[in-house]
Amino acid sequence: MNEHEARAAVYAATSQVAPDVETQGLDDRSRLRQDLELDSLDFLALVEHLARHAGVDVPEGDYGRVGTVASLIAYVAEHA
Amino acid sequence: MSGLPGGGLNIAYEAVERHAAGARAGHEALRFVGTDGDVRSLTYSDLAEVVDRFASVLRGLGVGAGERVFSLVGRRPELYASVLGTLKHAGVFCPLFSAFGPEPVRMRLELGDARVLVTTRALYRKKVAPVREALPGLRHVLLVDADGHADPGTLDLQDLMHRAPPYGSTARTQAEDMALLHFTSGTTGRPKGAVHVHEAVVAHHATGRFALDLHPEDVYWCTADPGWVTGMSYGIIAPLVHCITTVVDEEEMDPLRWYRILAEHRVTVWYTSPTALRMLMKAGDEAARGQDLSALRFVASVGEPLNPEVVVWGRKVLGHPVHDNWWQTETGGIMIANLPALPIRPGSMGRPLPGVEAGLIARDEQGEPVLRGGRATLVTDPDTVGELALRPGWPSMFRGYLGEEERYRRCFVAGWYLTGDLARRDADGYYWFVGRGDDVIKSSGHLIGPFEVESLLMEHGAVAQAGVIGLPDAVAGEVVKAFVELHPGHDPSDDLRRDIIGFARRRLGPAVAPRLLDFTPSLPRTRSGKILRRLLRARELGLPEGDVSTVEVQG
Repeated sequence: MNEHEARAAVYAATSQVAPDVETQGLDDRSRLRQDLELDSLDFLALVEHLARHAGVDVPEGDYGRVGTVASLIAYVAEHA
Repeated sequence: MSGLPGGGLNIAYEAVERHAAGARAGHEALRFVGTDGDVRSLTYSDLAEVVDRFASVLRGLGVGAGERVFSLVGRRPELYASVLGTLKHAGVFCPLFSAFGPEPVRMRLELGDARVLVTTRALYRKKVAPVREALPGLRHVLLVDADGHADPGTLDLQDLMHRAPPYGSTARTQAEDMALLHFTSGTTGRPKGAVHVHEAVVAHHATGRFALDLHPEDVYWCTADPGWVTGMSYGIIAPLVHCITTVVDEEEMDPLRWYRILAEHRVTVWYTSPTALRMLMKAGDEAARGQDLSALRFVASVGEPLNPEVVVWGRKVLGHPVHDNWWQTETGGIMIANLPALPIRPGSMGRPLPGVEAGLIARDEQGEPVLRGGRATLVTDPDTVGELALRPGWPSMFRGYLGEEERYRRCFVAGWYLTGDLARRDADGYYWFVGRGDDVIKSSGHLIGPFEVESLLMEHGAVAQAGVIGLPDAVAGEVVKAFVELHPGHDPSDDLRRDIIGFARRRLGPAVAPRLLDFTPSLPRTRSGKILRRLLRARELGLPEGDVSTVEVQG
C-alpha cells in the first residue's frame, strides 16, 4: 500500500472510532493516546478496524511502534 | 497508624510525615515510570518536602480549611504533592479523570465548589478555559507545566512551590473532618460527590493489609488512575500509609509495557482491573514470555466482576491466580474480597473482610427493598439474588453526598446501606455479582450515569430523545450504547451517527461518551414518559422483556 492509501485507511479508521478527531489538517506528529485522546478501548477498536478494512494486522508487540499518526501510517503502508 | 501528635487524625501525616520523620525517611515512596521507561523516584523524605511546599502554596493563596482543591492532571509527581499537601493543609481534595471531556469537568467543578484546580496547560486550554467564566468560585488555577509562562488567569505551580516558605506542622484535623470528595454516578440526576473523612485512612490501612497483603519490603503497583477512587485509596493512600514503594506508570495501558514494568521493577503486589487483565489475555501469552515475573507474589483486581477464565489465566501466565474484590466509591475501601489466606472461588468477589457485615436484601417487583415491621427482609437461602447491603459504621464509609442530604438518606434502609448491586451468596459465604439493580453502566471499572450521557446527546441539534444503556463487552465488561430519536427533518445516516458520537466525545470525553449508537423511530417509554432503559437493553440482547404492562405503545 502506498503512503497515500495508508493515510486514507488510517483516517477512515480514526473517524470511525473517534469521530471527534478532525482528520483534515491533522498534525502527523499527534500522539494517538495523549493528543488525540484515544483511550485503550478506542485503540483496540482502531486496530480492529484496520485489520478488517485495510487488511493490516497490528500485533500487540508492535503497539509501541504506532504511537503517532505518522508512525501508524508508515506501519500500514509497510504491512498492507 | 499513629494519630497526630497531641491528638487528631490526618491522612497526610499517616501517609508521609510520620515516615519522613522516622527510620524509613530514605525509603523509596514513589517510583514514576516515564514514557521511555525513564525513572524518577521520591523517598518519603522527598515526598514530605513537596507535600509541605504544596500545603504552603495553599496557605499563601488564602485557601481555607475544608475548601476544595481539584486535580485534572496525569499521574505525575505534582499530583501526589497536591493530594497530600491539600490534606496537610486541612483542605479537601477532589481528583478528576483527565480523560473527562469539558462537560463532566465543568459540572464536577461546579457541584464540588472548586476553589483551586491543579492541571496542565493543555488540559486547561482544552477543557477549562472555555468554561472558566461559568465557574466564579474557581479562584486559582495552578499549572504544573507553566515553565515560567502561566496562561492568563492561571499560576505557575513550580514557581509558587519553589518560593513557598516551610509550612510547619500538619493542620490539626479530626477523624470526622472532610478530606476527600469523589464523584460517582447514579441512574438519574447529576453526578454525586461522595464525601470521605480523614478517618478513612484507618480502613485504607487495614484493608491494605487484609485484602492486598501489603508488607514493608513490597514493591506495589496499582494501575488505577487517581482520578477514580481506587487510584486514590489504593494508588496513593494505602501503600504510603504502609510505607512501601509504589510504582506509578505515567503512560496509558499497553500490554508489553505492562509486562516490562512488572518484570523490570520487580513488582511484588499488583492491583489492577478486570478490563486490563482481559486486554493482557487478548494480547496473547507470548507477550509475557521472556519477562521475569518471579518477584510477583500477589495479584488482585477490582472494577467489575472478574470472569473465572481470567483467574485461571493469571495462574498460568502471571504465576498467580487473580484475587478479585468488591467495593465502590461510597464504601471508600475494599469491603468484600478473595483473601490471600483463603482459596479463591473463581468468578466470586469473595467474602466480607473482618469487621464488615454484609447482607442481601430481598427486593419487590419494583426493585424496592422488602420491609417487614421496620426491618429489612434478608435473603438467607444460598444462591438467591438480593441487593447487596452493608451495615454502616466502617471508617471509610462516605459521610454524605455533597449538598444532597436527601439523596444520601435514600441509600439507607432499616439500618443497612444499599449498594445498588445485585448479588447472591453461596453456602460458604462467598458473594457473586449478578448485575446492577439500576440502570447505571459499569464500563472499564467506572460507573457511568445514563442520564448524564442522555442529557448531553439531547443538546445535539438532530437529537430529540436519547436512551443510553450498557451492552456486555468482552473486554470492558460493558460499553455505552445510545439509542436516539431524531428531530423531524433529520434522517439516519452513518455520517450523522459519527457526528453525534463525535459531539459526545468532544463534550464528555471517551471514557463516558457512547461507543455505539443506533437510530430508532421511538424509544420505549412508560406512560409518564420515562424512557425504559431496561426494555431497550432486553430488546438489544434478545432477552425476555419482563413486565411491560406500564409501557406506552406508540403509533
